[in-house]
Amino acid sequence: MADADRPSNNGVNVAALIAAREALTNAPEAARFKWRAACEWRNGTHSHSTVEGFYGLGQEQQRKTRFTFDADHPEVFASEDKGATPVEYVLVGLASCLTAGIAAIAQHRNIQLNSVTATIEGDMDIQGILGIDNDVRNGFGGIKVTYDIDADAKREDIEALVAQSQKRSAVYDIVTNPTNVTVVVN
Amino acid sequence: MSRCLAERAIDHVVLERGEVAHTWRTERWDSLRLLTPNWQSRLPGFGYSGNDPDGYRTLPEVINFIASYARVIGAPVRTHTTVTSLRSTEAGYLVRTDQGDWRCRAVVVASGTCNIARVPTFASLVPPSIASLTAKEYRNPNQLADGGVLVVGASSSGTQIASEVHRSGRPVILSVGEHIRAPRVYRGKDLEWWMDAAGVLDERYDEVDDIARARRVPSLQLAGTPDRSTLDLNALTEIGVRLVGRLAGMTEDGKAQFAGSLRNMCALSDLKMGRLLDLIDKWAQENGLDDTAEPSYRLPATRVETAPPLGLDLAAGNIKTIIWATGYRPDYSWLEVPAFDRKGMMRHDGGVVCSPGMYLIGSQFLRRRKSALIDGAGDDARDLSVHLASYLDNRVARVTA
Repeated sequence: MADADRPSNNGVNVAALIAAREALTNAPEAARFKWRAACEWRNGTHSHSTVEGFYGLGQEQQRKTRFTFDADHPEVFASEDKGATPVEYVLVGLASCLTAGIAAIAQHRNIQLNSVTATIEGDMDIQGILGIDNDVRNGFGGIKVTYDIDADAKREDIEALVAQSQKRSAVYDIVTNPTNVTVVVN
Repeated sequence: MSRCLAERAIDHVVLERGEVAHTWRTERWDSLRLLTPNWQSRLPGFGYSGNDPDGYRTLPEVINFIASYARVIGAPVRTHTTVTSLRSTEAGYLVRTDQGDWRCRAVVVASGTCNIARVPTFASLVPPSIASLTAKEYRNPNQLADGGVLVVGASSSGTQIASEVHRSGRPVILSVGEHIRAPRVYRGKDLEWWMDAAGVLDERYDEVDDIARARRVPSLQLAGTPDRSTLDLNALTEIGVRLVGRLAGMTEDGKAQFAGSLRNMCALSDLKMGRLLDLIDKWAQENGLDDTAEPSYRLPATRVETAPPLGLDLAAGNIKTIIWATGYRPDYSWLEVPAFDRKGMMRHDGGVVCSPGMYLIGSQFLRRRKSALIDGAGDDARDLSVHLASYLDNRVARVTA
């Protein structure tokens, strides 16, 4: 555990997060968020997505920056490889969600992080997406995330950070549990 | 509570819908044993006097223990009296029962927290060919059809039912969500002994970081095993029970969907147990027990297969029964008092309910970690009876002034 006299600094404003938690406990309406993205087809398997506004705290929220993402497939799929594949974005989402959680929880537990790196790998049998074998699912057969963490804490405390981060991670929940998805055509 | 009120000469009655220890008589499975050892059930002026202090009471023994206590303290119990509603009046409270009305200045709600079995909403999608019952309705394996059983929930009830049902020859799949692993005996002593001695069970509600969270923690995965063996997930795997993730959903055509989080659920539990054992080791060392207690050790990690199944076709015929051991909630529907939060839980400060003159007792971490144990009732009742007595005194003072 970190030295109690030397507060850790992982760049996470835990006081603000705790204040938000308290405020939202009393105002559950404000806790209802809507996250959005827009996606436009370019050519072939290449698409261009943007992420900008979202809804939360009872109103529309605007960011300072508009983020863009190009998705495509690699050349082995006879594509032009103009961006990461959509499934890689899922891996990025999972790894970055867990990593953000680790930093926030470490801050809350006063553990100084020196470095955190994750490698993430998803197994996929593409017989599923190619429609070769109906017994093979389209999605990942399994995902493995491996963390290397240097922190001023015992191994058990680091393991507890990683476990707690999974418990509170939105993307981990999305990936490990079913979600109703509705797709409509205007 | 009755005993503590009597000590203060506070006139009271205890209303009981059935016989004393009603829920123990009617809402428990046959083989259940108390999960705390005999010595630990210490009530004000009453305790264990037999020759097996480390044993665990059988169901008839628990019923006898509670009924004996009621007799010994001469509790003014009105049996077969069902309270139908309670509301506040100018003078206090009006309690309606099927045996007439009562008016009182103060009221203690001791109706328990395990009144209604919690079952996920998608339970309605279970195919009709499969029998579905809750841990509250389960009595013994003979009640179940031959064939496979899906037990949902791996806390104290779920693990005990899974073990008993699997041993009866009905193969069990156990769906595992959040749970708290605990060895029955550690370093030669009951885990409850360590937690009691080290003060863990006395930890107060106003001293923990997040009491709302502490009250939500699932029950320890303990069982009153006659041989004092540990009934954890590894023990269940050992006898052939198959572990799957938390039951996350059910499709319209009756396919159960399990979360892919089993590994982390087990990791969280192993880590939490490790922290408890660290705390016990530290306490043992500081209190000079290292020489007399058995040496410190750690249990092997919970074994999880590489790729636990994520789905199960319930209509395929292998599973004949689902047993929901997914927790309980209290039934406060008879309380017509504005004392509830938006989730329907009672608003109270350590059992002192926000409605003046109303008290709650016997719920998880009410005032102390042990509040939901029989052993926790005494200290809570002592505290709350002090508050109740002074409430009545102040009220009298106000009225006469």
